Amino acid sequence: MEKITVSFILNGDEVTAEVPPSWSLLKTLREYFELTGPKEGCGVGECGACTVVIDGKAVNSCIYPVAEVEGKSVLTVEGLAGTDGTLHPLQRAFIENNGVQCGFCTSGMLMSAKALLDENPEPTEDEIRTSLAGNLCRCTGYVQIVESVQKAVKMMKEKS
Amino acid sequence: MSEYLYVGKSIPRTAEVDKVTGRAIYINDLKRPGMLYGKIKYSEYAHARIKHIDTSKAKKLPGVRAVLTGCDIPDVRVGFLKDQTVLKRDKVRQFRDEVAAVAAISPEIAQEACDLIEVEYEELPGVFDPFEAMKEDAPLIHEVDARGRPVSSNILPLPWRFSAGDIEAGRAASAHVVTDTVRTTWVNQCCMGTSGCIAEFDMNNNLTLYNQANVIFWDKRRIMEYFAQIGLKNSKVRIINPVVGGSFGTKLDTDIYEFIAIQLALKTRRPVKILFTREEEFRALPPRQPAVFEIEQGCDKEGHLTFRNVKAVLDNGAYTSWGATTPSVMMMPISSLYRVPNVFFEAKCVYTNNIYCQAMRGYGNPQATFAVEVSMDHLAEEAGIDPAELRLINCNHSGDETPMRLKITSCGLEECIRGVKEKLDWDKKRGKHKGRGVGMASLIHVAGGARVYKSDGHGMMIKVDEHGHVDVMSGGTDQGQGSPTVLAQIIAEALGFRPDDITLTFGDTALGLWDAGTHASRHTFIAGNAALRACEKVKRQILELAVEEIPKLVKHQIKRKKRKDPDFKEPDLDFSLIANPEDLDIKDRIIFCKKDPENPYFRTEVSNVLREALHVGTGQSRVVAAEAFYDPPTEMLDREFKGNLSCTYAFGTTGVEVEVDKKTGEVKILQLYAAHDVGKAINPTLIKGQIYGAGYIGVGYGLTEEMKLEKGKVMNPNFLDYKMLTAKDKIPVTPMIIETDEKDGPFGAKGIGEPGLVPTAPAIANAVYDAVGVWIKDLPITPEKVLQALKEKREKEK
Ligand code: FES
Ligand code: FES
Repeated sequence: MEKITVSFILNGDEVTAEVPPSWSLLKTLREYFELTGPKEGCGVGECGACTVVIDGKAVNSCIYPVAEVEGKSVLTVEGLAGTDGTLHPLQRAFIENNGVQCGFCTSGMLMSAKALLDENPEPTEDEIRTSLAGNLCRCTGYVQIVESVQKAVKMMKEKS
Repeated sequence: MSEYLYVGKSIPRTAEVDKVTGRAIYINDLKRPGMLYGKIKYSEYAHARIKHIDTSKAKKLPGVRAVLTGCDIPDVRVGFLKDQTVLKRDKVRQFRDEVAAVAAISPEIAQEACDLIEVEYEELPGVFDPFEAMKEDAPLIHEVDARGRPVSSNILPLPWRFSAGDIEAGRAASAHVVTDTVRTTWVNQCCMGTSGCIAEFDMNNNLTLYNQANVIFWDKRRIMEYFAQIGLKNSKVRIINPVVGGSFGTKLDTDIYEFIAIQLALKTRRPVKILFTREEEFRALPPRQPAVFEIEQGCDKEGHLTFRNVKAVLDNGAYTSWGATTPSVMMMPISSLYRVPNVFFEAKCVYTNNIYCQAMRGYGNPQATFAVEVSMDHLAEEAGIDPAELRLINCNHSGDETPMRLKITSCGLEECIRGVKEKLDWDKKRGKHKGRGVGMASLIHVAGGARVYKSDGHGMMIKVDEHGHVDVMSGGTDQGQGSPTVLAQIIAEALGFRPDDITLTFGDTALGLWDAGTHASRHTFIAGNAALRACEKVKRQILELAVEEIPKLVKHQIKRKKRKDPDFKEPDLDFSLIANPEDLDIKDRIIFCKKDPENPYFRTEVSNVLREALHVGTGQSRVVAAEAFYDPPTEMLDREFKGNLSCTYAFGTTGVEVEVDKKTGEVKILQLYAAHDVGKAINPTLIKGQIYGAGYIGVGYGLTEEMKLEKGKVMNPNFLDYKMLTAKDKIPVTPMIIETDEKDGPFGAKGIGEPGLVPTAPAIANAVYDAVGVWIKDLPITPEKVLQALKEKREKEK
């Protein structure tokens, strides 16, 4: 089978993948790198479970052709905690504020929130809701997810 | 009441940290060595005869390991009424019918092979409306029943008929009577994690099935029954849950894809995984049961309900799963929501060529409560009584026994109604009809188990090791509801440990004792009660060991001290104070003497005692472990569908304020108060999570969600066209937690998994009426329906 070689930065490491050109970034992450944090909830860009951050932007990796990631920097939920295992404030806040139930949407939620906070460290509730609008959740009604993001904002502010 | 250390506190879900780091393994992520991927070929017609299936091209495709049709596997019937086979041989009766299946080395190849299978059909006339299907000349969906006897009608042989009191007498005593037709439609459970399983046989033909079932022991039993019929008499079955990406009812039945995975695994001798795409999730998973209700209800001059007479027709779809049993739950609100002396209810389930139905959060309760609560508002108007007042006049109270013979123990309904009324500023806001309005609806639901099977039990095993680690094997399952945290709180409180010491294992038929399933909002109540009983035994064992070991530990300690310090003066200890297990207690992992709690010699970590008891020498060593099986003192419904099937019942009221845009027909929710009698909130933050989550699904049920079927085909099998609410659709939900301290509940708790969803849609419908004077009695309340109703209203007024 024909394959292409793609080099990019994945959770801080320089990596190279050799995969069929038809693969999405999501498939590459899950199958080639065995990073199963990003989930496939629909495969067609409608649910956000596969969200990763590419060069600072939240992206649905299921519809992102793998070739396009060449030279870019990708962050998945696996790269969110510190190398020493310290949880990111968003992760802590989701646990503390019940932003997680079944957890299937969670990695996508976290990555959308991460992209938002990197760009806008003190978002309003509306801004949070807008940036999470592409991430569907069936369990939480979003309320405690939004609160979790707000809590993370507070934690990060207190720390700095 | 004593002060609790953990119960009643919002302990975070630390046990589930894997879910925020991407490490939690769902069925989607799970792989087994040598695993193949299965795909299913579905029907292209709603109703047709299968003339011929050609699999030759599919079999030749490189990478394909097995292709199966109905002719390749035993012709065995499965399902609730045994009305279908795993792969269909002669006839298809709905678009989701499975006609062939493939196992291949990748899902892509398996799919390609499915596409290469050629099926020749002869189309048959279909029927897509249950009322049409009941007509005498309607095409028959099934020509014969499970035993091969010819059938003459599409109406299922299910006896859903409930009668209490005397409807005629009720009617005669009425000053006001209203009649309404109310409709609810198909909605999809929309679990974010799609459905799937891995079937794997060992060389002795024992099956391990990794799946998401929330009734693992029933799942095992159904598969064992299937095995018996296909000649695998000596095979064992083990069900293991990976982390489950939502359930909401979908995992109650053993789905056809599970049997297909089993057949493919048998054929290939390799593990086979079937994982649904989102489109399959919409097209091939049984959704919530739709129903049409004719409801007639009356009250006397003072507003006391006199009777309730309800007839329902349910579009069963082509086969029978749990959807057909939802009338057993519909009976609950119909007979027992508010005090009503005379009740009649009859439901007909009718085969059609539509998709067949299953359970969804609330079972039949949201459908029936929609009918009852819309009718309540209608009756209030007819009688000229404030709708909240009508509900209060007929409110259920503690000590009642309802016509269904439900025994109401604790009951916070009045508080819920009054609370919501006050929060909404009801008296000021109601009755204006100027584009804004308020509405309310209440609920009753099982909250102390539900004896739908002969056993409503739950088995729990607890062991405590010499490191002080508490391992708990629950026979139940966790689908994200928070049980690892809530049960840890209950166990920590009861044992005198910390929640962090406790590790729960769920969802494994080999490790857990029998459980009736994590359904019917029963897990906290039933598993919590099992936990209390197991904890009692474990604690007793620990304290019995402590009585023996503490004196020895004290003597060692004194000896050591003396060795270090020759001047050490031996304390004067009265060992009679700790001579019996009853003299001791545990708090924060420390065993202490009740009569002398601060005495440092009598205080020791549980792990010290257990280590001492284990490492004693030949034949003496002991460990701590216990099990408890809790089966609540409830009744199965009798032949008349009467009986106290739950230990206790949940009550609640949802109140909403809406704004209706008369130009666009859009309904905006300005406030939503969800008051729930939860018995006791073991973990308030987690309870709120259940109320928010259920409330949102309820709003979706009320306003946006609907599977659109055209001649049996699902026309909107994706999230663009099926409108689930998003974070942008902000619904200002305020949970109001009412505690009634249920005497039979673990620390007073009741179940709360489903209730939040139940009264939401009717509360919205009633508020829309209050806002603009039109009643949409056909869910969902879309802008088109509102506009149409407003138009009709204007024309009528002309
Ligand atoms: S899986 Fe990518 S958006 Fe749904
Ligand atoms: S937590 Fe289950 S889908 Fe969001």
